[in-house]
Amino acid sequence: MIHLSAISRVFHMGDQDVSALTRINLEILPGDYVSIMGPSGSGKSTLLNIMGLLDRPDSGRYELDGKDVTDLSETEQARVRREKIGFVFQSFHLVPRLTAAENIELPLILEGVPPAERRSRIHEALVGFNLADRAGHRPAELSGGQRQRVAIARATILRPTALLADEPTGNLDHRIGAEVMALLEGLHHAGTTLIVVTHDRELGARAHRHIAMRDGEIVEDKT
Amino acid sequence: MKLYDMLRFSLQTVASYRTRSLLIVLAMAIGVAAVVVLTALGEGARQYVVRQFTSIGTNLIVVLPGRAETSGGFPGAALGETPRDLTLEDARALGHLPQVRRYAPLNVGVAELAASARLREVTVLGSTADVLPIRHMDLAQGSFLSREKGMERSAQIVLGAKLAREFFPQGSAVGQRVRLGDRRFLVSGVLEPQGESMGFNSDEIVIIPIDYAQALFNTSSLFRILVETKSRGDLASAKDAISEIMKQRHDGEEDVTVITQDAVLATFDRILQALTLGVAGIAAISLAVAGILVMNVMLVAVSQRTSEIGLLKAIGAPSADVHHLFLAEALWLSLAGGVAGFLLGQLGSLLIRLAYPQLPAWPPLWASIGGVAVAFLTGVLASLLPAARAARLDPVQALSRK
Repeated sequence: MIHLSAISRVFHMGDQDVSALTRINLEILPGDYVSIMGPSGSGKSTLLNIMGLLDRPDSGRYELDGKDVTDLSETEQARVRREKIGFVFQSFHLVPRLTAAENIELPLILEGVPPAERRSRIHEALVGFNLADRAGHRPAELSGGQRQRVAIARATILRPTALLADEPTGNLDHRIGAEVMALLEGLHHAGTTLIVVTHDRELGARAHRHIAMRDGEIVEDKT
Repeated sequence: MKLYDMLRFSLQTVASYRTRSLLIVLAMAIGVAAVVVLTALGEGARQYVVRQFTSIGTNLIVVLPGRAETSGGFPGAALGETPRDLTLEDARALGHLPQVRRYAPLNVGVAELAASARLREVTVLGSTADVLPIRHMDLAQGSFLSREKGMERSAQIVLGAKLAREFFPQGSAVGQRVRLGDRRFLVSGVLEPQGESMGFNSDEIVIIPIDYAQALFNTSSLFRILVETKSRGDLASAKDAISEIMKQRHDGEEDVTVITQDAVLATFDRILQALTLGVAGIAAISLAVAGILVMNVMLVAVSQRTSEIGLLKAIGAPSADVHHLFLAEALWLSLAGGVAGFLLGQLGSLLIRLAYPQLPAWPPLWASIGGVAVAFLTGVLASLLPAARAARLDPVQALSRK
């Protein structure tokens, strides 16, 4: 599914070069449940961004589903993101002026799904994520857990093959966080590849494969 | 992203930032309305002048003593101070030209009018019977400086409508005797009320035969000669013939000015058209200012919505979609501003027409369409930079901003 070979990423901070990733080799199989852990600045978010095609490596190759996506154009990368990857963020990133249903609709609009089909898929998602009575509410009127459920519904509405979650429970209390994780794991059981970046050891331990990073390198990879 | 979704989504965005959008629309609308109202005013003034000229006849030639080029000022403006006088004989000679239908020599002065224990100063027009059709004036009562042989030279006077009312409030003025200066006149007629035309109020003048006017003002020269040609087509040849005759009569000197009404009208027309374009240009500056406002607000919007732009890219929006979304927002704002400005401008023009019924302040079509089009174009152009900036945003950096 995901095949990274010798991926490096360097950030230029003023006149200093900071190496965020150094020759990373990584293979993630379809249906995997992977946690990536490490201290701040270890390169785990950068790795996630590159896997999600939000960022480009300075060197190395990236194959997604057997296809080299390293040098795709910006527009092609956008299409791949839309079709294969779902993002879940720590701070939800909901559009504040849109209702829950409209936030979930966004990927469908970008994909050009016809309105009638959109409506039925949004309804399905709202019911599936237990948000049916929150469809017309704006993010400010939703609890943290509800907001993250809307964000997950949005991330999965186009049925991506991989779900990339960056500290998905970071802004939630323990109980709600556990609920959200249960939701994500449910999606994993349904066949989605789940990659979770987290600080939280307990959360990381729930994954089937644990990757530990430090200073831009993978220091541990165990199942 | 489909075009319909793009337009709907951007309209929704514009509507959700209500205050901001209203302010931009207002700025745009004021710009467009300024163009519409100011051009309506200019065009109204032009139409007004054209109508005024037409009302006193378009196949009219005015002969003034003195050359406009040499006297420096408006010739004949100061009575009796002209280089060479126009005389009644000059006028009669012009009357013999084949192109001329009629002519009227003119003397103007001020004298005291007295009757039935009232006294006031009036403007006195000395002329012949033909001045009436030439100046498109009508009689309400009586006759006008009767054409019968000998009668034209009798001491008759025609009163303006307002003067007749003032001096003879209870009945017909015709047949009454009045004193003008130190002479006595018999009122032969009263003019139809006409109001002011070209700064000349025919309701407050008196008309007397030219001989009496010359005697009254102790002059043998004329203020000007009005000549009406048989048709508009005769204007040019009549003008040349008049210049030629006057030159012959004045010992080969070209010392009169011959103005056709058409030429004066054309000049006014050009001046007022230029004025209209000028004010339209000035108003268009406010549209440019509105454009800068749009750019500023859109730039602020891009920085405020950075994380939203990052999100859109993360869920698969290509840069082109982000670019088009911001462009579409500007498009809606400009469209709303243009339409609102158009309506506001129409309303403003209507109010002007209601306040000044004699001014036909209809906004010209080119100004209305032009104003809306310029607003539209300005808005879209002004949003190109913000839209490009939004499209260029790096998604990782955009998402990390709050």
